[in-house]
Amino acid sequence: MAEPKTKYDRQLRIWGDQGQAALEKASICLLNCGPTGSETLKNLVLGGVGSITVIDGSKVELGDLGNNFMVDESCVGQSKAKCVCAFLQELNDAVKAKFIEEYPVTLIETNPSFFSQFTLVVATQLMEDSMVKLDRICREANVILIFARSYGLTGLVRISLKEHTVVESKPDHFLDDLRLNNPWPELKSFAESIDLDAQDPVALRHTPYVVLLIKMAEQWVKSHGGSLPSTREEKKEFKELLKARMVALDGDNYKEAIEASFKVFAPRGISSDLQQILNDSCAEVDSNSSDFWVMVAALKEFISNEGGGEAPLEGSIPDMTSSTELYVNLQNIYQAKAEADFLVIEQRVRNILKKIGKDPLSISKTTIKSFCRNARKLKVCRYRSIENEINSPILPELQKYLTDEDYSSTAVGFYILLRAVDRFAANYNSFPGQFDGGMDEDISRLKTTAVGLLSDLGCNGSTLTEDLINEICRFGASELHAVSAFIGGIASQEVIKLITRQFVPMPGTFIFNGIDHKSQILSL
Amino acid sequence: MAETVVQPSRSRDLDKLLLRPGNIIGNNFDPGQELRDDLAEYVKVLVVGAGGLGCELLKDLALSGFKKLEVIDMDTIEVTNLNRQFLFRFEDVGKPKAEVAAKRVMERISGVNIKPHYCRIEEKDIDFYSDFSIIVLGLDSIEARSYINAVACSFLEYDSDDKPRDETMKPLVDGGTEGFKGHARVIMPGVTPCFECTIWLFPPQVKFPLCTLAETPRTAAHCIEYAHLIKWDEVHSGKTFDPDDPEHMKWIYNEAVKRAELFGIPGVTYSLTQGVVKNIIPAIASTNAIVSAACALEALKITTGCSKTLSNYLTYNGAEGLHTKVTEFVRDKDCLVCGPGVLIELETSVTLQKFIDLLEKHPDLLLSKASVTHQGSSLYMQAPPVLEEMTRSNLNLPLFDLMGKTSRGTIHVTGTTSKNDTKTSVLRKLRVFFKGVDGVTDMDMAGGA
Repeated sequence: MAEPKTKYDRQLRIWGDQGQAALEKASICLLNCGPTGSETLKNLVLGGVGSITVIDGSKVELGDLGNNFMVDESCVGQSKAKCVCAFLQELNDAVKAKFIEEYPVTLIETNPSFFSQFTLVVATQLMEDSMVKLDRICREANVILIFARSYGLTGLVRISLKEHTVVESKPDHFLDDLRLNNPWPELKSFAESIDLDAQDPVALRHTPYVVLLIKMAEQWVKSHGGSLPSTREEKKEFKELLKARMVALDGDNYKEAIEASFKVFAPRGISSDLQQILNDSCAEVDSNSSDFWVMVAALKEFISNEGGGEAPLEGSIPDMTSSTELYVNLQNIYQAKAEADFLVIEQRVRNILKKIGKDPLSISKTTIKSFCRNARKLKVCRYRSIENEINSPILPELQKYLTDEDYSSTAVGFYILLRAVDRFAANYNSFPGQFDGGMDEDISRLKTTAVGLLSDLGCNGSTLTEDLINEICRFGASELHAVSAFIGGIASQEVIKLITRQFVPMPGTFIFNGIDHKSQILSL
Repeated sequence: MAETVVQPSRSRDLDKLLLRPGNIIGNNFDPGQELRDDLAEYVKVLVVGAGGLGCELLKDLALSGFKKLEVIDMDTIEVTNLNRQFLFRFEDVGKPKAEVAAKRVMERISGVNIKPHYCRIEEKDIDFYSDFSIIVLGLDSIEARSYINAVACSFLEYDSDDKPRDETMKPLVDGGTEGFKGHARVIMPGVTPCFECTIWLFPPQVKFPLCTLAETPRTAAHCIEYAHLIKWDEVHSGKTFDPDDPEHMKWIYNEAVKRAELFGIPGVTYSLTQGVVKNIIPAIASTNAIVSAACALEALKITTGCSKTLSNYLTYNGAEGLHTKVTEFVRDKDCLVCGPGVLIELETSVTLQKFIDLLEKHPDLLLSKASVTHQGSSLYMQAPPVLEEMTRSNLNLPLFDLMGKTSRGTIHVTGTTSKNDTKTSVLRKLRVFFKGVDGVTDMDMAGGA
C-alpha cells in the first residue's frame, strides 16, 4: 500500500488535506455505467473518494466493449454494474466500491428514499422525465445531484442543488488587499517611520513598494483636498511622480510601485459581488441557518462597525523587492491586523450563535479564520430546479442564444435537440436514427418535434438548421468513447469542486459541441 | 424500444459516425465500412508521452477505432503518478511507463496493437516519425513539444509556388494540463500555426535573482532556492544534487528551515521544498481526461473527416466556473520551423565541415554540433561513435557532391542551440542553393525561381 500522502501529492497541492478529507468522506452514487458514467467515476476513484455505488440494470453487450474501457470480453452477458465496479476497485483499494444490479429508472420510481444515503448522485444518460423526478428527490433529501449525458458529438453536464456556498473559491487572479489608500494606524505609522529622503541609496532601493505607495498616496491626498487620483490625467501624473523618483535611483522597487499604482486608485470598501451576498435574505439568520450564513451575518456587522466599510484583512502580502527586515516587519504588521480582525469577527460569530439558540462554540476557530481570510472571495451558487428550467426557461436568455449567429448557435441548437430527442423517444419508442433504416422519416419527425418544442417554450419564430437536425439523427443516440471521456471528465471535476467546497462550480447547463469545440454554458 | 434486429458489433456506436453520411463534416469524408476498416488497418498513430495525458490518450484512441498505435516515453512509474495515470498500479512502480501502458490497454481491448518505445524522443531517427499518419502529444515539457513539432514540420515540402504539399503534411495534436487548466490544439504544418509560431504562449519560467537568494530572502521559496542553488554547491563540492534522492531533498529542506529561522521567514515545509526544487506542476485525473478526450476526438476527425476539426486552439479552465474557448491563431509567415526552410546559399566548393561551421555562426540558427541528413541518408552524424566514424570522411568532401550535384536541395540538421543559458536539441530544415549551377544566378531563388 502506497503512503497516501505520496500517492495524492499532485492533487494535495491543489485542494490540500482538508479537500482530500472531504473527498474521502464522500459517498457517491452512479446511475448507469456506460462510458460516460464509468469515466466520471474513474477520475473520482483515482482521486480517492470514500465510497462508490454503481447502479445499472443492464448486461454487458458486445457493443459496450467498443466504447467502455471498464468492461472486457470476459464481461459479455454479465451485469454491467458488477463488471464496471470490479474494474474501478482495481484502480484504488482505498475506495469502498459496491454495485446494485437494478435499472435507475426503477429505483427512482419505486424507492426514492434510497438516494438520501449519498453525498452526491451522478446521474448519466437519463431522459428528461427521470431527471425531473430524481431532481425532486435529491433536493428534498439535500443530496447534491449532477447530470451527465453523451449523445453523438454532443452532450451536457448540469449541476442541481438548492444552494452551494464556497469560502475557498481560490480565484486565479484576485486583487490583493494592501489598503494602500486606506492604511490603518499601525501601517500608517510604519510608513511614516521610514524617511525616504534620509536613506542611503542602497536602503532606498530596498524599501518595499507598499511603503512608497502609502507615502505617495498620502502626499497626494494632502495636496488634492483629501481625494485620491481618479481621472486619467491624475493617475498619469501620479505615475509620473513615481517615475521621476525612479530615474534618479533605478530601483526595482520603484518599477514595482509604478506597476502596482493601480492598487492605489482602486476604490475603497467591498465589491458589488460581496455586497450582494451581504444583502441576501439568508444573511438574516435564525436557528436553521448554516454556518456559512451565520459567518456572513457576522461579517456584515463587522463591515458596518469595526471594519469601517472594509472586509477583514487577509494578512498576506505578495513578494516584492525589499530588505529582509523591512519585508518581515511589514508582513508582521499585516498579520497582526488580520488577527485582530479575526478576533472581532469570532466574537460576533459567537454572539450570533448564542442569539439564534445554537452552541456558541459550534463553529471552530479554524473555520472562522479561513472565512476571514477569504471574506472578499465568498461565492454563493444557486441552481434552478430541472423542472423549472424545462417548463419555464429564462426566455430572454434562450432567445439571445438562439439569435446569436456566431459562437453559441450550434450549442443552443444541441440543447434544444437533446430535449427534442427525449420527446421523440417518448412518442416513437426509440431515438431518432438509433437504428439503421428509416432515417428520412426520423429526420422529418425530429424536425416536427423540435419545432413543437420551440413553440411550447415560447420561441415560435426560431428555427434550427437542417444540418444540425440531420447530424443529431446521424448520431443516433451513440455514446462515443472520446465524447464520454470528455463529458465524464467535466462531470468529475465539478463533483470534486462541489465536495471539497473549493473553487467555483459551473453555473447553468454545459453543452458540449464536439464539432468545433465551441461549447457553451447556457443559463436557463 | 422498437423490435429491430441489430447485428451485434463492437463498433456499434462508432459506426454511426463513420458509416453514415453527415451534413457537418470535414474534407474527404467517405463514410462506409471501408473507412472504418482502413482506420483500423492503415492509420498508424504515435502517442508521445505515457503519463497523465498519454494513458488517457491510448485508451481514448484505442476506443475510437485506431488499432495501430505506438507510444514513446523515457520515464518509469512513480508513486505520485497513481492519482491519475490509471493504467498503472502500485506494483508497477519503477517499470517503464510506455511498456506497462501499452500492455494494459492491449489486455483490455482485443484487436488493438500498441508498440512501446522506452527511450528519449531524440534517440529515434527522423524516419521513425515519418511512419505515422498522425502524432498526438501528451507532454509536460516545452522542449519536447518543440522538438517533435520540428520533426513533424521537417517532413513538410513546399511546391514551386511556396504552397505546402498536402501529402507531406504530418498533423500534430497537442494537449497540456496544469491543475484545473488545460489546452488542446491541432497543428497542420504549413496551414495552421506550428508550436514555434506561437511559442509566446509558453513564456519562460521566472527565476529568482541570485542576489535576492543570497542577500535579501523574503519568502519560503527564497530560502529553499538558496539551499538548492547556492548552499548545496558550497558544501558538497563537485557532488551533483539529485532531486530524486530523498536524502538530498531532506538536506535542502533542513538548510532552508535554518535559513528561514535566521531571517524570521515562515512557511518552509517539506512539501513546498519538493515543489520548488522539482518545479512540480499539480495534476489531476479530471483535467487530463478532458484534454486527452478532446485530442483523441480531433485525431479521429482529422484522419476520417467525420466532422469539422478544431481550428485551432482550445483552452479549458475549470477553476472558476467552467470556461472553454476556441482561438484561431495565425501562422508566423517567417517561422523557421514550419516555413519552407532557412535559405542557405553556397559555393559549390564548400565542404561539409565548412557547412557545419557555418551553421554555428548563422544568426537564425546558431546551431552547434550539427548532424546532417539529406533525403534520409546521413551525411555526418555526431553520435553514436560508430556512425560518426563511418561518416567522418564526408567532412572533407564538397556538400555539392554529397547532395548529388544538383542546384538545390533540402537538408535536415539536428544539433543544439543555446537559449536563456539552457541548451536544447533542435531540428532545422534548410533549403540549400548552389551558386552558378543550372543557370541559377546569385540571389534570384528566394521566391522559388
